[in-house]
Amino acid sequence: MTGQIELGLMVAQAYKSYGNLQALKGVDLEVVKGEFYTLLGPSGCGKTTLLRIIAGLELPDSGRVFLGGREVTHLTAAKRQVNTVFQSYALFPHLNIFENVAFGLKARNFDPTQVGRKVGESLEMLSLSGLEKRYPHQLSGGQKQRVALARALVNEPEILLLDEPMSALDAHLRAQVQEDLRRLQRSLGTTFILVTHDQDEAMMISDRLAVMNNGVVVQTGTPRQVYSKPTNQFVAEFLGAANILPARRQGNQLFTNLGPLHVSETPYWEEGHLAIRPEHIVLEGEIPQGSVNCVRAQVREAIYRGQSLDLWLDPGPLRVRTNTRDRLGPGDQVSLFFPPDDLVALDNQPSRY
Amino acid sequence: MENKRPLIALTAIFSLVLLYIPSVAVAVFSVNKARYGLAWRGFTLDWYMKLFENEYILNAALNSLILAVISTLVATVLGTALALGIDRSPWSGSFHRFFDLVINLPVVVPDIIMAVALTLAFNVLRMVSSAFDLGMTTLIIGHITFQISFVTLVVRSRLASLNKETDEAARDLFASSFYLFRRVTLPLIMPGVLAGAMLAFTLSLDDFIISFFTHGPDSVTLPIFIFASLKRGLTPEIHALSTVMLLFTVVLVVLAERLARRF
Amino acid sequence: MDDEKTTNKNPANKKPAMISWRGDVTKLSSLRLKGFALAAPPMLWLLFLLTIPCISFIFIALAQRGEYGDVVWNFSAHNLKRLIGFGSFGWSIDYLKILGRSLLVALVTTVACVALAYPLTFHVATRPRKSRVFWLTLIIVPFWTNVVVRTYAWLLVLGPNLPPAKLAAWVGLIPAGTALYPSSMAVYLGMITTFLPFMALPLYASVERLNWDLLEAAKDLYASRWQVFRQAILPQTWPGLSVGIIVTFVPAMAMFVVTDILGGAKYMLIGNLIQQQFSQARDWPFGAALSVALMVMTLISLSVFRRRKINLDQNINLDQN
Repeated sequence: MTGQIELGLMVAQAYKSYGNLQALKGVDLEVVKGEFYTLLGPSGCGKTTLLRIIAGLELPDSGRVFLGGREVTHLTAAKRQVNTVFQSYALFPHLNIFENVAFGLKARNFDPTQVGRKVGESLEMLSLSGLEKRYPHQLSGGQKQRVALARALVNEPEILLLDEPMSALDAHLRAQVQEDLRRLQRSLGTTFILVTHDQDEAMMISDRLAVMNNGVVVQTGTPRQVYSKPTNQFVAEFLGAANILPARRQGNQLFTNLGPLHVSETPYWEEGHLAIRPEHIVLEGEIPQGSVNCVRAQVREAIYRGQSLDLWLDPGPLRVRTNTRDRLGPGDQVSLFFPPDDLVALDNQPSRY
Repeated sequence: MENKRPLIALTAIFSLVLLYIPSVAVAVFSVNKARYGLAWRGFTLDWYMKLFENEYILNAALNSLILAVISTLVATVLGTALALGIDRSPWSGSFHRFFDLVINLPVVVPDIIMAVALTLAFNVLRMVSSAFDLGMTTLIIGHITFQISFVTLVVRSRLASLNKETDEAARDLFASSFYLFRRVTLPLIMPGVLAGAMLAFTLSLDDFIISFFTHGPDSVTLPIFIFASLKRGLTPEIHALSTVMLLFTVVLVVLAERLARRF
Repeated sequence: MDDEKTTNKNPANKKPAMISWRGDVTKLSSLRLKGFALAAPPMLWLLFLLTIPCISFIFIALAQRGEYGDVVWNFSAHNLKRLIGFGSFGWSIDYLKILGRSLLVALVTTVACVALAYPLTFHVATRPRKSRVFWLTLIIVPFWTNVVVRTYAWLLVLGPNLPPAKLAAWVGLIPAGTALYPSSMAVYLGMITTFLPFMALPLYASVERLNWDLLEAAKDLYASRWQVFRQAILPQTWPGLSVGIIVTFVPAMAMFVVTDILGGAKYMLIGNLIQQQFSQARDWPFGAALSVALMVMTLISLSVFRRRKINLDQNINLDQN
């Protein structure tokens, strides 16, 4: 991607509380035009509140929201070129599919021929043609979700907001819909902002994501950055499994209960934690003499998962993920190598989060 | 299950007989030729014919109908407005308690209390305007007063069943307040509004006590006419009139059932 | 007090001028105004025609009847005294008797209706789905038939020379050739048939949702039928039953049509007494006192049943544990 990066959305220092509950505690967010951005976090982390503030369905107590450079903080949802796919889809039960999709156009007094054409195109894009006369209660979950998408996209929004749109679908359908959604976003070039608590979904679907916890954005970046370089223990553990090793620093040397370990980026702290993903630990037959970051360990438990083999090792407990060609069982001795690049020193101030 | 419990079935049938025997007897005597006494003198439809010649009865029937239609229309509009005003505005808890108190009063308080309360109110209002002299106006106002609450309760339960996200989706799709109301809220609460109107209409036809206290000499309704004629003795015309009213109720109930099943 | 002022001045504690409401961003004041515009006309209607008159009965009850049926505003407890028996003509418990009779009639009617409504609703609920609508309609039609029409029909049935009266005469209960009314039996027949649908319809809503498995389990567990009813049926049907009891007991207490038509002059209830004060007697203060008494009785019976509900709920929890 070359050229100037255009900012699609900016949220600055958004605060929101409901009574005693602080839903957002100073959130900053920048979303580039045309990217698929995901707000990822456990339930109650404030991600839906943030989405609703962007949509204009909620006002922040303080802070500002900009859409394409224009401040919209106090604009009502009806005045923002932003549309939402609700978690419950919120289709109008008394209107048929055509009327549902046409709602946003008719509300703005588009002329009937234009409405007919745009709705037709949008239904076709989401393979809903032929269902115009049906009512929401006559559709399957997947169809309802696509109607909700069509109803939002027909308005050609600057940003499409999706509030956990897969949560009502069964797991089998979900994977398919995730891929379709990704492809749809690529072909339209519209900015999509998705809210989800499913880290696998966030990984596979987004260009960039923001991990949220307790009303703040903990880390932003591409899925690769966030997964391989988590900034703190929460991110490390929320995005898949991680081994967390307590460590002490003396000069450039780090000491753990597995012995001394080398890390590419030396942390600032004296005492803190290192993280490494189970699949980043390398299993080796023999430890080369005098090599660094190598540890001998014994298999305590082996869990066969089809696509991978998970080992719980002593000392530790350490979790190592390897391929299933390795035939290891409890009691086997193994040699481990910790690549310095994959050992991440975590931020030592988790108390804020 | 059924045959194992003969006592239950028997008691149930006995209850239904108790409920219907009087009406059946009235229907039987309405086609009896005998003018006086209770002996069977043969079949006739004369008394029904006489109904349509009796100016008082026709007048009372017309009054009942006008009363029911006008009061239902006004009460449906007012009751729906009240339900919307309460549920679509951010009232504080004490306001809600106040609303609930005022709305539930006509539902829990016995009719006779409502009737005398209205009598009192009309007596005071009469000092201001002679429009509140007992007659059709006071009758209609009286009926509206007890109908409003029932309409409000039915519409509110419908409003409560609506999804808040539907409103938000409409706003998100550029709907103005008026467009939202016309295209989303109103069609969605319509079944409730119709059910409330139906309830109000039947309550009006069913009422006796409020009418008894608030009617004037020129605004006699059918129940009042019957009540007054009882003091003069039973006549076959009254039997015929009662039978017609009963059949009318049956038709209304069946219609309401059909309507309810459509929603 | 000073503290409060300073916190109010703090801008952080000030309420924002705009709020979000069901997807709209608007001023709180304009939302309130809209709600007020919708709610005010019907609220004022109800307040002025019903709520305020009901409250003012308390004050009117303290006034006196003037010579020509007007209200004289010299406050005293005269009407209250009269109600409990200290009348102008010495001691008389006539009015207390009427209050007591109102309660008794309402109680007997309610109990009888409960006793009849359970078999009736069980019978209807166990019909095949298709014919159930028909059976239900049989209960709904009398529910919606005018009370005058239904009461007057009893007048006919209980009239002289018809089978019921003849039977009673043959047994020797009444002289031959006379009617079975006015009598307390006629009143009770009228009352029970008037209120049975009021009891049965709410009860049916609960009976229809009854968990029949629980009944079978109860039959296995408990020896007597009464225990099955007490432990399995009553807790499950209480929501409908309590509504039925309220909509039967309260209007039965205040009944005026049935007693007037079938009870004759001797069978006065508080409803008839109130009606008299506001018409023939033109004694508004005493009528107001009676109305207040009836409202108090209504409130008491409503609160009694609310409390009973809590007790029963606790019982249900205990049963389930």
